[in-house]
Amino acid sequence: MTIDLDGRGTRSLTPGEVLLEVENLSVDFDTRHGRLRAVDGVSWRVRAGETLAILGESGSGKSVSVQALTGILEMPPGRIVSGTARYRGDDLIAMEARSRRRVVGDRITMVFQDSLSALNPVQTVGRQIAECFEVHRGLSRREAMRRAAEMLDRVRIPAARQRVKDYPHEFSGGMRQRVMLAMALALDPDVLIADEPTTALDVTVQAQVLELIADLQTDRQMGVVLITHDIGVVADVADTVVVMYAGHVVERAAARELLDHPVHPYTEGLLGSIPSADLKGHDLPTIPGTPPSLRTVPSGCAFRTRCPLTVAECASAVPPLIPVGPGRETACIRRTSEVPGVTIPHSRLAAGGA
Amino acid sequence: MTDLLVTRGLVKYYDISPTLSLGRRTLVRAVDGVDLTLRRGESLGIVGESGCGKSTLVRLLSALERPTAGELYFAGVDVNRLHGKALRHWRRRIQVVFQDPYASLNPRMRAGEIVAEPLLVHPGVAAGLDVRRRVRDLLDMVGLRAEDETKFPHQFSGGQRQRIGIARAIALNPEVLLCDEPVSALDLSVQAQVVNLLMRLKRELGLSIVFVAHDLSVVRHVSDRVAVMYLGRLAELGEHAQVYSSPAHPYTQALLSAQPGLAHQQRRIVLAGDPPSPVAPPSGCRFHTRCFMASDRCAEKVPLLRVVGSGQEVACHYAEQAQAAYTGRPA
Ligand SMILES: Nc1ncnc2c1ncn2[C@@H]1O[C@H](COP(=O)(O)OP(=O)(O)OP(=O)(O)O)[C@@H](O)[C@H]1O
Ligand SMILES: Nc1ncnc2c1ncn2[C@@H]1O[C@H](COP(=O)(O)OP(=O)(O)OP(=O)(O)O)[C@@H](O)[C@H]1O
Ligand code: SF4
Ligand SMILES: [Mg+2]
Ligand SMILES: [Mg+2]
Repeated sequence: MTIDLDGRGTRSLTPGEVLLEVENLSVDFDTRHGRLRAVDGVSWRVRAGETLAILGESGSGKSVSVQALTGILEMPPGRIVSGTARYRGDDLIAMEARSRRRVVGDRITMVFQDSLSALNPVQTVGRQIAECFEVHRGLSRREAMRRAAEMLDRVRIPAARQRVKDYPHEFSGGMRQRVMLAMALALDPDVLIADEPTTALDVTVQAQVLELIADLQTDRQMGVVLITHDIGVVADVADTVVVMYAGHVVERAAARELLDHPVHPYTEGLLGSIPSADLKGHDLPTIPGTPPSLRTVPSGCAFRTRCPLTVAECASAVPPLIPVGPGRETACIRRTSEVPGVTIPHSRLAAGGA
Repeated sequence: MTDLLVTRGLVKYYDISPTLSLGRRTLVRAVDGVDLTLRRGESLGIVGESGCGKSTLVRLLSALERPTAGELYFAGVDVNRLHGKALRHWRRRIQVVFQDPYASLNPRMRAGEIVAEPLLVHPGVAAGLDVRRRVRDLLDMVGLRAEDETKFPHQFSGGQRQRIGIARAIALNPEVLLCDEPVSALDLSVQAQVVNLLMRLKRELGLSIVFVAHDLSVVRHVSDRVAVMYLGRLAELGEHAQVYSSPAHPYTQALLSAQPGLAHQQRRIVLAGDPPSPVAPPSGCRFHTRCFMASDRCAEKVPLLRVVGSGQEVACHYAEQAQAAYTGRPA
């Protein structure tokens, strides 16, 4: 382990430095139906100051992949079959649990969709945040509580000094999500992994929480891994996107490029089906069929049974991610370069100038 | 277009007083004075934050629940006065499609039985009808296969289950379909399929549709008119183009500007605070505690729904100014 901690317990980050790099991660589950592969050869990386979005539908393996690398995956039934996850060089997966705990929960922290179940209902929110400071930084109870109030204030909970004494159920859904953020950010992590942090929230509150993450991120060049199934959220906050389908990464690109010129037929189909003003009065373009369950993932390209471009060869092998343009990769044997013709005329999305 | 479903001052309070409350009652003002009209053949979208009363309104419109006060007319008939057989007979004319297709289907019944059930419960409608044939036709209409008839709900995907729910809802040839978040629980790549299905059925069967959703772009796509709710009341109601292009209620403006996907396109209106509790809604305009246009008057006087120059109805004292500020045109 080469984590040197300064006085506040943090080491400064160099903009653009790769913080977390996942390579060839595969995860199986042992089930009644035998061994099923939930995550298959997934690779991505997040740099200091960057927001990486992992976009995919339900069951595509988004949560399992980050659970595997943070060590919170239930094993069994889960099993990491292959892969590395390097945090500033050290492989979290190969690491002993004890060393990993010094990183995960400290340098890499997480927020989840379901904040109510992640918070302890019989402890005040102040205590729960203060505990981070006591356990990880050895602060006194009193000092930790003071820092907890500071954190609540930082996530813009009004009257933070008083509210540290309240219990989770005394907060609204949006405020609880901010409390979770306060806990996750208390130790100034290098990487924040946010698994659908705003899915359960109203759009007005969602916008606030996402803006808050972005603000706190710029303070310290934190890397953010944002799991979402909302393309609008990707357009708003992501610098880079990986698209997952049935356990595979099928496309990786800068957010703006992906939204303007999707290359993989699945990404193209997804973006095309978003309602926009010019589609009013017409049928929405659709992707036929439904996403496969793990038991029914087709051989070869997992998308081939729904794909308009499919040919016999698509069934023979899982298409590898190959470069299709500067800084972008796609896993499709029919789309091996950027397609000048494909442009999504969505008036609703305006991908970000990062 | 004629008015099909009309509400006047519709109110629904839920009593959540603790059992030992000694007289003082705690009421959730879920729906608190809604005047709304569904015209024949139109689709009316309803949007608003979680807890603003959308589902309660749907239950009132379908007469699944009785209002605390107010009236509901269907084709001129006062629905609250219907009882027993007359009510049951009336109910089949309005059907509901729910958000969670799994929870709303009996897990022990086969798809065919689920779709046939309303036909058997209302023998008057099904008289002389070949029920099996009708079930086949219905499954076909919603894009399921004949062999799906014998499968159980758990053997279908979420989108297919929603199709079963829709087939059941249209089995009795209703005039109105109330859809409460019909696609919110579905996979992204499947939502568009179900939206298209509902729009096709509306055209082919001449249905009038109420469509509740939190995805504003989906609502815009399906709706002729749109109603925006806030804390149990209507904030704004108008043609989709009026509401989306020149919203006049500050809340509508905030909602539209918070839509994901617009952060780089449009100035975002960030609302102060969280939505207040419907147990003790703010005085005057219910939105005044979070509103960026509010003045003292807003805390005192309830703004009534009124028609503004661009044609839609808005419940805001400063609708004209708010609209002008949003669209950049003088009031
Ligand atoms: N404990 C488990 N046992 C068996 N299978 C599991 C287990 N946990 C997850 N899976 C399966 O692994 C696959 C990937 O799940 P994962 O939770 O990563 O999906 P996701 O992309 O996060 O979806 P969502 O958007 O619904 O959260 C799913 O098919 C899921 O059923
Ligand atoms: N049976 C009930 N008893 C008590 N309170 C209720 C009941 N049904 C609804 N409420 C309350 O009434 C208010 C409106 O609820 P409703 O379900 O209509 O909201 P909604 O707009 O559909 O929200 P969502 O978008 O979350 O579905 C909420 O505060 C809710 O907690
Ligand atoms: S009436 Fe007042 S508080 Fe209500 S929306 Fe209009 S300006 Fe805002
Ligand atoms: Mg997940
Ligand atoms: Mg509801």
